[in-house]
Amino acid sequence: MKRSKVWDAVFLAPCIFALIMVVLIPFVQGVSFSLTDWNGVRSEIHYVGFDNYKDMFNSVEFLYSFRITLLYTLINVIMVNIVAFLLALLVTSRVRGKNLYRAAFFVPNLIGGIVLGYTWQFMFNDFFTAIGKSLGIGWMSSSMIANKNLVLLAMSIVNTWQYAGYIMLIFVAGIQSTSQEVMEAATVDGASYIQRVVKILIPMIASSFTISLFLTITNSFKAFDLNVALTNGGPSMRFMGSVVKSSQLLALTIYNKSITSKELAKGQAMSVVFFLMLVVFSLLQVYISKKREVEA
Amino acid sequence: MADALHLDAVGQKQQHSKAKRIALEIFAIILMLVVLSPFVIVLFNSAKTFDHITRDPVSPPENWENLRINIEAVMHDPTTDFIGAFKDSTIITVLSLVVIVIFSAMAAWVLVRNKSKFSNFTFMMFVAAMVIPFQVVMYPLVYFLKSIGDFLGTRMLGTYHGIVFAYLGFGCSLSIFVFHGFIKSIPLALEESAFIDGCSQPGVFFKIILPLLVPTITTVAILNGIWIWNDYLLPLLVLGGNGEVQTIPLAVTAFAGSYVKQWNLIMTAALLAMVPIVVLFIFAQKYIIRGMVEGAIK
Repeated sequence: MKRSKVWDAVFLAPCIFALIMVVLIPFVQGVSFSLTDWNGVRSEIHYVGFDNYKDMFNSVEFLYSFRITLLYTLINVIMVNIVAFLLALLVTSRVRGKNLYRAAFFVPNLIGGIVLGYTWQFMFNDFFTAIGKSLGIGWMSSSMIANKNLVLLAMSIVNTWQYAGYIMLIFVAGIQSTSQEVMEAATVDGASYIQRVVKILIPMIASSFTISLFLTITNSFKAFDLNVALTNGGPSMRFMGSVVKSSQLLALTIYNKSITSKELAKGQAMSVVFFLMLVVFSLLQVYISKKREVEA
Repeated sequence: MADALHLDAVGQKQQHSKAKRIALEIFAIILMLVVLSPFVIVLFNSAKTFDHITRDPVSPPENWENLRINIEAVMHDPTTDFIGAFKDSTIITVLSLVVIVIFSAMAAWVLVRNKSKFSNFTFMMFVAAMVIPFQVVMYPLVYFLKSIGDFLGTRMLGTYHGIVFAYLGFGCSLSIFVFHGFIKSIPLALEESAFIDGCSQPGVFFKIILPLLVPTITTVAILNGIWIWNDYLLPLLVLGGNGEVQTIPLAVTAFAGSYVKQWNLIMTAALLAMVPIVVLFIFAQKYIIRGMVEGAIK
């Protein structure tokens, strides 16, 4: 007996079939819908070229959402990676019970965004404000997620709480793969702890940083579940003369446009831009990793 | 590994180093309590009456009996079938994992062993598909699944097989990628001798390759399992917000929607949603942590 072409085809068929039916055909359809005026329901459909894209870049709702999604991503990249790196240093230090801390910091990552969103909605709206009121702390007496200036930060805090434990594990894996000898030699040479971390450890685990950075970027950029359950886009505010929802990130804006308000073609156009941004992030990651491999 | 970062210079007094370590341990414990506190807050508030939680969301519950009362109220709520959602989430997650693991391993094996331009192209297609966000395909997918269903005379929306098929499509790319990386390291000689002994191709795969893949299967199952169990948007669109088949995230959303501000009951629903996965984590911690790391690094 030997390998046969027929069996090879049978083995490949289920995945290829599912990918084509579930991802590739809908993707092609999705991109083509963005060039029409279809609302997703009625039978009439016209080709309109790039009109939806032109409208989109004049739409205050889109521009605002795009802007805060980038801002939210930036805040998260900084917060998650710093917190995760510090946690990784802590759980690879000489403390006893490392595995317990590692597991505890990771737990929030197991719970879905929907459940966490409702939990933290309660925390921000009722729990923290009750503490603030009883202690007479002014800024704590009103909810962060009801404040248009703080709502993104509140979402980032929840995201950092949820995600840092996961990114920590990636740093831990990086730290564990480095050789101790270099660090020990530097210790003997009298380098301080901070010098050793900044000058030796961080450059040695640069590839962990690349992975973490891009995981955090895509995760924050695509945020949806937490956004729905925590704020559902609210509260409303004025931006460039229009009323916008102050915490409605891009994924939620696309959902509301395509599904809720039945402007499918416009929503599809936004989703194509959303896709292109993710392509740029991925290409950037591949480029940086390849460049590092060549240098190393 | 543990001592990669000596916090003190070699040769420093041991006393000093011990004090530092204890300070660090106290810090770690406090930090752990802070990170875990939302879970405690959920538990406390699940054991309160509506009156109590409105008056005082901070302090511990007065009577733990309320926890049982709230759990029963959530479980037997007529509008959201929580028990049904547990059952459906379990069925959907388990079936999807079985299908994803077997079919992705089969495909990855062929893609590694059958070296051709077609294999390369197919592999690249799976990898490239990972970049496509759900938002681009969500509406066309629902529309398309509906028409396939009408064409085949079977309902694809609102059914187990429909959503499992969708999860296979979205889950197979990453799974094939992870399997591909591991299968490359399996020596070809093993399968060749089995072929010479007259073993059929499915026989070689199921008797020789699949058992070797067990560690990778756990990784793939954990990565996909956590995603599918917690997923919200795909079930919302494929099953519908109030269809017969419901998952836990859908049930929690429906529940929170119909019991606005009844935080004691919403917290109980959240608690019930958290418990199974936290219990699973306590037992399979080692595998889950390893699986999540391997999935990210590969």
